[in-house]
Amino acid sequence: MDVAINGPKILFTLPFAGGINITESVVHGWLVVAVVTGVCYWLTRDLSVTNPSRKQIIAEKLVTLVQGLVDANMGPQWKHMVPYIGTLFAFSFLSSVMSVAGLRSPTADFSVTLAMALVTFVLIEFYYYKSKGLLGFFTRLTEPVIVMTPMNIIGEFATPLSMSLRHFGNIASGAVITALVYGALAALSQFILGWIPNTFIANIPIAQVGLPAVLSVYFDLFSSAIQAYIFVMLTMANIAGTAD
Amino acid sequence: MEKAIVLAASAVGIGLAMIAGLGPGIGEGYAVGQACSAIGRQPEAHGKIQSTMILGCAIAETTGIYSLVVSLILLFANPLVKLL
Repeated sequence: MDVAINGPKILFTLPFAGGINITESVVHGWLVVAVVTGVCYWLTRDLSVTNPSRKQIIAEKLVTLVQGLVDANMGPQWKHMVPYIGTLFAFSFLSSVMSVAGLRSPTADFSVTLAMALVTFVLIEFYYYKSKGLLGFFTRLTEPVIVMTPMNIIGEFATPLSMSLRHFGNIASGAVITALVYGALAALSQFILGWIPNTFIANIPIAQVGLPAVLSVYFDLFSSAIQAYIFVMLTMANIAGTAD
Repeated sequence: MEKAIVLAASAVGIGLAMIAGLGPGIGEGYAVGQACSAIGRQPEAHGKIQSTMILGCAIAETTGIYSLVVSLILLFANPLVKLL
């Protein structure tokens, strides 16, 4: 019995710039992008003010949900952040929840979550620059006293790092624990049925029925939703914090 | 022989790193307990308390996640073996 816990497989290599490896994470990320784009395109066809269809009501509900979230956590002056927050939530949630279908989650790859956190980091720095000006952008690092400057610079880079590590750690640990439990249950079914001489009956994974489903509800559905929510909440808190 | 020592020490280190799980566990439990009593006192502020609690739990979890990342690095991408 062997338990295989690997990083994302390299599916193919682009032949320029010394060979760029395209991994499972990237391809599954494209899948998520295609799904989000397709659903958005489908939901926003045939909109009508007087006679909304059922799918228009669903679309309006989703938009109102994100608008309410941004309104409650950032305030009404940040209305232009609604599309970004909505996209981030959809991408994060769908890519984590993908593991239900047996595909490797892109968010179980640190590169993907780091990329997501870096986009937020650039936005945070941009809004600091916008609200404080060029001088204030640098002098905020020397507050409250000038001795704190190295600490503040480290703290600035710790924000995206901790955000991405949290998301990656939660999803990746779920994948590792699920793989370990599958391995253990395979060994258990071998132990229960292994004495039967008929190889077909002896290889039925009897112990793998039931428990993985419970784990999947926690790690795939609950954990994905909570991590997407937390990532979005931290993004909103950090961006809204630049204004004061 | 050297490799065996490094691997054994790494395995012990992985286990020791996960002791850091204690802190977030205690911290989050305390936060959730406080949130429960807050909801008990003010049930109408339920939504606000819940979202604040989840955010606080996420931040308290950070140190635990750091230890998890350290142990995952030691398990799957051990940099110490390459030094030999």
